[in-house]
Formats: sequence, C-alpha cells, structure tokens
Amino acid sequence: MNATIKRAAVACMVMFALLMVNVNFLGAVKAGDYSTDNRNKRSFYARYSVDRGWITADDGKTTLAKTVDTGDKTFRYEREYPNGRMYAHVLGFFAPESARGIELNENKLLNGSDPDLVVGRLIDFVSKKPPKGASVDLTIVPAAQKVAYDKLRASGKRGAVVAVNPKTGAVQVMVSLPTYDPNDLAAPDKAKVATAYNKLAADDTDPLLNRVTEKTYPPGSTFKVVTAAAFLEADRSRDPETTVPAPQVLDLPDTTAGLPNYGGAACGSGEVTLRFALERSCNTPFGQIGMDLGWDTMRSESAKFGIGEPIQFDLPTAGTTIGPEIETAALAQLAIGQRDNQQTPLQMAQIASAIANSGVLMKPTLINKITGPDGGVIQEFEDDEIGEAMSGEVADELKQMMVSVITNGTGTGAQIPGVTVAGKTGTAEAGDAPAPHAWFIGFAPAEDPVTAICVFIEAGSAGNDATGGGTAAPLARDVMQAVLEAK
Amino acid sequence: MLALAIVVVMAAYASVGLGIDGQIPSGTFTYGLGLAALMFAAYGVLAKWAPWADPLLLPLVTLVNGLGLVFIYRIEQTGQAGASASQQILWTALGVVMFSATLIVLKDHRTLQRFTYTMGFIGLALLVMPLLPVIGDSVNGASIWIRIGPFTYQPAEMAKLALVIFFAGYLVAKRDVLALAGRRLFFIDLPRVRDLGPVIITWGLSLGVLVLQKDLGSSLLVFGTFIAMLYIATQRTSWVLIGVLLFVGGAMLAGQVFGHVQDRFEVWLDPGNPAFYERELGGSAQLMQGLFAMGSGGILGTGLGQGFPREIPLSFSDFIIAVVGEELGLTGLMALLMVYALIVQRGLRTALAARDPFSKLLAGGLSFLLAWQVFIIVGGVTRLIPLTGLVTPFMSAGGSALLTNWILIALLVRMSDAARRPPPQAIQNEGLTQVFTR
Repeated sequence: MNATIKRAAVACMVMFALLMVNVNFLGAVKAGDYSTDNRNKRSFYARYSVDRGWITADDGKTTLAKTVDTGDKTFRYEREYPNGRMYAHVLGFFAPESARGIELNENKLLNGSDPDLVVGRLIDFVSKKPPKGASVDLTIVPAAQKVAYDKLRASGKRGAVVAVNPKTGAVQVMVSLPTYDPNDLAAPDKAKVATAYNKLAADDTDPLLNRVTEKTYPPGSTFKVVTAAAFLEADRSRDPETTVPAPQVLDLPDTTAGLPNYGGAACGSGEVTLRFALERSCNTPFGQIGMDLGWDTMRSESAKFGIGEPIQFDLPTAGTTIGPEIETAALAQLAIGQRDNQQTPLQMAQIASAIANSGVLMKPTLINKITGPDGGVIQEFEDDEIGEAMSGEVADELKQMMVSVITNGTGTGAQIPGVTVAGKTGTAEAGDAPAPHAWFIGFAPAEDPVTAICVFIEAGSAGNDATGGGTAAPLARDVMQAVLEAK
Repeated sequence: MLALAIVVVMAAYASVGLGIDGQIPSGTFTYGLGLAALMFAAYGVLAKWAPWADPLLLPLVTLVNGLGLVFIYRIEQTGQAGASASQQILWTALGVVMFSATLIVLKDHRTLQRFTYTMGFIGLALLVMPLLPVIGDSVNGASIWIRIGPFTYQPAEMAKLALVIFFAGYLVAKRDVLALAGRRLFFIDLPRVRDLGPVIITWGLSLGVLVLQKDLGSSLLVFGTFIAMLYIATQRTSWVLIGVLLFVGGAMLAGQVFGHVQDRFEVWLDPGNPAFYERELGGSAQLMQGLFAMGSGGILGTGLGQGFPREIPLSFSDFIIAVVGEELGLTGLMALLMVYALIVQRGLRTALAARDPFSKLLAGGLSFLLAWQVFIIVGGVTRLIPLTGLVTPFMSAGGSALLTNWILIALLVRMSDAARRPPPQAIQNEGLTQVFTR
C-alpha cells in the first residue's frame, strides 16, 4: 500500500502547490483590478486612514487645509478647510471618491504614497502607526487673497482675480466667484457628498468652475497689448510715438459692417500715436494693425506669450486661442480681443507678467515648499523660465504705454498713491449678450514689478454698462496694493 | 516547538491589539498563559500515553488553532455578529479534552477496526440527523445543523470521522475483492461490475447530502476522501476515474434539478458580474469581498488589526482565510498553507510507517481528509475552484469542527506512536553473538 500512499501524498502536495500558486496569482495579477473595483470599500476607507499632510500658505503661517484626528476607527482622519470658500478653487477638495485642485495634484505627497516618502512609510508600517503625508506650502499671499475675495464677494459679481510674481511665476492670488465650501464635499459619507456635489454641479452660476484657469472668455481690449507687442516687434524702427491711422469706423473687407470704436466715439483726429491709441483703447488702429500684420505674425507673436495651448500649471488649465484662420475681417476683430479670441484670466495675467519681467515669461506655480512628515524638505520653490515673449526693449515701451493708460487713459481707476501702476483695461462683448465682460491686466510698481494681475468680471453680473476701467480696475488696485503691503 | 508556537500566537495577539487600539491588549498574558497551560496539558497526556508519537503534530496544530483564536478575536473587535473568541477558547479547551481522552481511552487504535460497521452506522445516523424534525435546523439554506436547546451542533463534522474509520475498516476487509480486475478497456483495468456496490452506495450517500442538505462541501469532502482511500487500498486507478465521473455526473444532474449547484458555478466563472453580486442567495458578494481583502493584502499584508474583515460576510467562518490574506498578506497565507501541508505530510508519513494495513489506510485517509478539506475551502475562497462551504480546519469559528479535528489529530498521534514505537524486545538475546577477546 505504500506506493499508493506515496502517490496520494504527491496528490496532496500538488493540491497545496496549486493553492499557493493561485494565491500568488491573486496577489500579483488580480489585486490591481480588485483594488479599483468600486464595490471594494477599502480604497474609500484608506483615504481616511492616512494622516494627510496639511496645506498652508505664507511659509506655514496660514493653514488652508488641515487633517483632524477624530479617533473614529473607520474614518479616523477627516479633512477640514478653515477658509474653505476663499480658497476652494486653489485647494479643491478631498472627497470620498475624488479630489480636485491641489488636493488632487499633490495627492501622492499629501497622502504619503509618493516614492520620496517611502522610508517614512516603511517605518510607520513596521511600527503600526498610521501613514503620514507631506505638507504643502503654497505661494499664495493670504492677506491679498482675502482682499480679493472679500471685495469681489462684497460686489456680488461673478469673476476671477489672479496675481503672479512676474519675476518668479509664483501665484500670489487666485480667487474665483461664485465659490463653494469644500468642507461639504470632504465628509466621509458618499451619499451626502454626492448630494452636495450634484447640487453644486447643477447650479447655473457654476460655483465649481475655477474661472481663473478652466474657462476661456474673449479678452477684449486687454489683448491690444499683444497686438501692440507684435506691431513693435515686427519693425524695430517703430516706437510708442509711431503714428497709426485711427478712423472713426474701420472698413472691413468683404463685409458691409465696419469696426467702430467703443461707443462709436472718435479717436483723435484720424491719425494718432500708438501710445494714444492704447491709452484711449481705440479699436480702429489695432484692427488695422492686426490686418496689416496678417495671420501668421499674429499667431506666432501670441504663441510667444503661451497662447494656443493650455498653460503647464499645478491646476488644470483650458486651452487658449486667437481663433481660426478665416476672413481678413476676423483678423481685425481678434486683434482687439473679440470674435473667436478666447483667453483664460491666468493667460492674461501671464501677458502682464511677461511685460513686467522685461519680456521674459515665467512658468506659473502655486507650490512654495513641500515638507515631509519628518520635517525634511522634499521640494523647494524653483522658478522656471518658459521663454522670451518679446525683446526687453519692446517690453519697456509697452510698460511706458501701460503706465500712461493708468495716468491719463482708461485705467485711472487703478491708480495707487505713491506707486507707479501699469495696466490695460478691457470691455469685451460676450456673444450676443447685452452685458460685456470687464477686464483689467496690469502690474506694479512699474519700475520694479512685484505683482502682475488680471481681474475678470463675468458678463451679466455687473450690469450692461460694466467697463474694464470702471468695474475691474478698482478691484485690481486694491489687490495689488494688498500684495505690495504684504511684501 | 510547542513553546515557540505559543509565543508566535501571543505575539500575533499583541499585534492585533497594537493594530486596533495602539496598545497591547490586557488579555495577552492571560489568554496566552491559558493557551499555554492547555497545550502543555495536552503535551503531558501525549508524553505519558503516546511517548513515541510524532513530535511535530501537536505544535503545528497548536499554532494553527492559536492563530485561529487570534483572528476570531480580531474579527470580534470589529463587531461582526457571531465571532466570539471566548467561545472559541472554550471549544479549544473541549477539543484538547477530547484529544486527551482519545489518547487515554484508545490505547490501541486497532480496536476501532472491530467497530467498522458500528462506525458506518453512526456516520450515517449523524449525517441524517439534521433532516429530522424538531432537532434539525436550517441556516443559510443548508440543513446541516441540529439544535438542542441553545446548543447547535454540526453532526456532519463527526460523521466524516466515523465514515473514514468505516471506510478504512471496510476497505481493508474487502480490498482484495475490489482489486480484482474485470475487463480491460484501453489502458485501464475496469473493476467487476458487482464490486461497484459500495462505490455506488457512497455516491448515493454524498449526492443525498448534496441534494437534501444542500451541503456541497461535505458531499465533495466525503466522496473525495472515499475515492482516495479506495485508491490507496486497491491500487486501481480505474476507481479514481469511475469516482470522478460519477461525482461530476451526479453533481451536473443535481445542478440541473437544483439551483444552488448551478449558482455556485456561475458565481465561480464570473464573480464580478453585478447581477450575481447583487443576488441575495447564492450571490458572489462574499466571494468578491474575500478576493478584495486578499488583493489588498499584498505581499506583507496590512498588518494584524489593520484590515477590514467586517466587509466580508461570515469572515470568522468559511472566509477566515481571506482575512489572513488581507492582514498577513501573501507571506502569511503561504506560511499557513505550509503549516497545513506539514501536518498532512506528518500524517502521511505515519501512514507509510504504520505496520498494519488498517493503520495505513486510516492514517492515509485522515491525512487526505485534512488536505482535501483545506483544498476545497481555500481553493473556493481564492476562486481556484467553485466555492463550497466548509470550515477551515482549526481556524474557523465553530465547535463541531474543532472537536472533530482534535480527535482526528489524536488518532494520528496514536497511530504515529504505534508506528514509531520500537518493537518489543525479545525476551532472550539468543541471536547475539558474543565476541571474546583473547
């Protein structure tokens, strides 16, 4: 019988071998599918078992997102946003099944799963401590953010404010209104969060939308600085005093319609300097310049400012465009920021920033510093140059003209006592709607810029006679002043 | 060895506490010492009444039983209804008592051979008991329980043991007849038709269990063990083939008639299917949750006390292996399977070393029973084979199985003692050649 017992023993060992192989197959091959299955609640629970890193600003002095130890066994760590509404579009939120904003973009560092944190994670695992994430410090200037948020909210308007340091690309202010409370979306309760989210998503005013980066609008006259830059770059014998034709209505080819100035007003006496045209924001000279420069030049010159593709950034950004190549009449319209010309407020702030920084365009960034749970610095602020949008000379000429816009042009509302401000206003037709978008881009102090800004007020939220100079410029002034005071 | 097993269990217990509350549970030493006292008592019995027994069996079983206790304690902490570590400890104590009693009472396991048919009858009776009115009880669609007052008992567990003893006695008596060759077909010697009787009867029995009690696992377990023992006894491969064909045929037939067998197959082939997942009875939710658990364990596991066993329905019972996979990872599962394999291997070694055919067959049968049971339940939980409910020996919560398995180990210990005992010394040393030196 021993022979058959041995064979039975072999059969037993084969059974155990099969079990072991299968267990390994399960762990190595199938585990991935299982972990992403939404019937597996582990990933949901796991989100709340990590001592998630905090998000701060101002070198850790201001807390924007914190993790609270509730002592609960299943959902031990919950996320709280002390100033949720003010920072909603920067931080995003950390929901049971999704995340947005910095919470999404820096998720791996915040939850400690980034390869940079592997040693600490291993120690936590062995000592049975809950995993701890790295904390992220943002470049936001809280005092200025508060001014931007409070003033825009008090006005009851929808819009966006973004300010960057033109020399480094560090984002100082990012406000989008209407906003929402990310605390509502961070509770460890799928049903509750889904209800809150669906309510926000169904809201016509679109509070979830980050108007700074995620949506494009016609930039109106603020785009004239790009047209002016292209005009000056194309021929270096030109300067702000070069005269340009300025009819009351510009004849457009192949159409009976003409291009008038704002409100149908005259602009000088038929021929004006480039500086005067920008100060008064005349449409006809820039329309003519656009048509003279042609498609290729307009496109390549705006591409140098980053227009034509989404900005590389810590948050999702929408693609921008000056519009497709169609009839010549469209060229005149896009040159003044109309027709199919579509820009994000962040892109317009980038344009102001490049002019402020002597033509050099910097990559915008929100991350100041990332610190591991053990206090070691993982990532420090680093500025990154995208390229040269224009020569330093042209940038200086544009700067002079933009200073004139503030001193004796459409942008007087942005004047700051004792500080030289440069800027450009814009009032853009928003499709067929009677109310326009109001824009302002600018920077200060002009001699040694510390902040470049874009303020955007959405059509319809500020009445039919909203203008860049009257509606957007004063807000820009307050925010720039707050940044200057905080420095 | 035994001390090492107990230390491992105590460390695991402390680790559970650390994982859940961040502190070592106050009961670590009381529980640990209790277990130690219990096991050393068992060792004392073993040393006195079976001194030549295999030294590995008791420590190995202690380790698995202790880990089972730790996991049931751990699951109890999540508040899952039905998991009770204190009850399981009680059952463990009773199991050790049965182990000791078996060793003390049963001085020579060959006595059992005399009760071959009695055992057969007891086995049958135990199997039928849950179907009787008044004491029969049905849980989760399977009628495998009897209830007397507040106590519930799964008689099928003890029936398995009785039946294996019966098979061993019966096959030893009849193996020569059964081994007689009938006609030869291709390369296989078919047995004579009239010898098919006992096979047919066992087949009918297991199908009866399958159909009437809806207990696919026990049915598969009993029939598989019978076929294995038949093969060991007769050395005829044809019996294995006939057995497998009969069972598959029978199961398919039953599957056509009764839904629950078919359900199991559907669920096995496509457990992720939402339709199966949502199904109230015979759905795949438990299987999927078990797979999720093991998948999340990875190589090292989440650590004791840091998984989510309460996501798995009945995690303390059939699915305890999935909790091991989650919290101890692949490493823990492999180690546990290795321990089971070692127990089985020691049992089979006993069978090889045994001196009489009855012992060989009984030890072989019992070892195979254990291996087969681990294969059926672990294979089911890990989706190697369709899931059929069975407890994981020595680990799952449940007294019936624990008692039976402790007796099973006692029998193996008794037989290993007999096999390893040196033959009695001849009274006179006549055979010795004396060497003189000048």
